[in-house]
Amino acid sequence: MSEDLELRAAAGFVDPVVAAELPGLRLDWVIVEGRVRPSPPEVKRRLEELSDRYRGASVVAMRTKPIPHAYRAFFHQIGLDPDITRIPSEQAALGRLLEGRFSSRDLVRDALLIALVETGVPVWALDADLVHPAGLGIRATVAGDRLGKDTSGPVLAPGRLVVADRRCIHALLFGDVAPRHLPTSRSGRITLFAVAVDGVPAIHVEEALWVCAESLRTA
Amino acid sequence: MDVREHLTSGETVPRSVTSPAVEDGERAARRSLRAQISKLERELAGAFVTAFPMGGLGEPPTARTRQARLLGLGELERVRDDLAERVRVARLTITERADAQAANRVLLERMLLEPEKHRSVRVACSDLGEPGCGAWQVRPRLGVIGMLMGWWQVKLSSGCPLARGRRPPRSRP
Repeated sequence: MSEDLELRAAAGFVDPVVAAELPGLRLDWVIVEGRVRPSPPEVKRRLEELSDRYRGASVVAMRTKPIPHAYRAFFHQIGLDPDITRIPSEQAALGRLLEGRFSSRDLVRDALLIALVETGVPVWALDADLVHPAGLGIRATVAGDRLGKDTSGPVLAPGRLVVADRRCIHALLFGDVAPRHLPTSRSGRITLFAVAVDGVPAIHVEEALWVCAESLRTA
Repeated sequence: MDVREHLTSGETVPRSVTSPAVEDGERAARRSLRAQISKLERELAGAFVTAFPMGGLGEPPTARTRQARLLGLGELERVRDDLAERVRVARLTITERADAQAANRVLLERMLLEPEKHRSVRVACSDLGEPGCGAWQVRPRLGVIGMLMGWWQVKLSSGCPLARGRRPPRSRP
C-alpha cells in the first residue's frame, strides 16, 4: 500500500436479525474526496491492463475460485440466482468479454471497476452529503420503506435486504442505488462502501476500498 | 418482531423488522440448508467447468424472483432442491456427452483400421471432445478413381477458418 494514503474504513452496522441469519455478511465504508469527471490517462491505462487479464477460459473457471464462489453461494441464500442476477465480478468479466475491453466511463465508475476486478469485492459509491454521519449498514426493509430519501422513491416490499443509514435507504443489497444518491460532478466527497459475505476475507474488503480510493486520488 | 438497530456510533434506533427467524430450531435448520446450498453451488460450478468444453449446460431456470431478502425455511428448501436437481441434470449431461465422445473415439479407431467399411463417415473433433473445428472423414483416394477402385483413406480437415473476416470490397477506379 502507498504510504501517503491512510484509509480508515469503518465497519457498518448489520441488523442483528440479518446478522444472525447471514453470518459473515459485512459492510465497510469510507469517505473520500472526489467527484464524477473524466478519468485521467493513468486510470484508463490501468483499465486497459486489467482488460488483458481476462480470457474466456479464466472467466469460465471463475466461479470455482473462493471469492466468486462465496458471492454465488450467498446469492442463492438470499433468493437470487447468480446465473440470472450475476455477481458483480462475473458481470464485469462478462462485460469485458462481450465488449472486448473495459471501457472508461467516468472516474468514479472506473475506480469502482478497478477495485472489483483487482479484488473480486464489489464497491459502490454514494454522494457523501446524503449519508448520515453515523454511517451505513445493512438491514431488512419494513412496511412503508422507500428507496432513496425522496417520497417519490419506489416503495419496497418488507423483508428486502438494503443498504441504509439512520435516515433512509440508499441502495438495494447487490442491486440498484437510489439514482439521486449517486455521486455527481458537483459532489465534493464520496462515500464508498463494500459488501462482503461469508468466505470473503476482511483483507480483501479493505483492499477493495483502498484500491478504489487510490484510483480516485490518483486523479 | 422488534429489534434494535445498532449503529456504528453505538446509538440505537428502535425499528420493527419482519424476519423469518422465529425459533432456534428453525434457525439451525436454515443454517444447515445454507451450508448445503453452498456445497451444491460448488458442485454445480465444478460441473459447469467440466461441461463447458462439451457444449455447456442448459439454460438455468428463470422462475426465481430477483429480490435480495431473508429466506424462510421453505424457501431455502426450494433453493436447495432446485440446486440439487440442477447438479443431477448437469452430471447426467456430462455422463451422456462423455459416453457419446467415447463412442465416437471407438468409431474413429475403426475408421482408421478399416476405412473401406466406413465410407464417407465423418467425425468432428468437437464430437471427440477435442478443441478446434477439424473433422475426420473417410474419403476416396484420387477422387472418382479411388471410389471405383475401393481406395479409401481417413483425412483430417484443416480446421477453423481464419478469423480475418471478409475481404473489403475493391474500390473502383
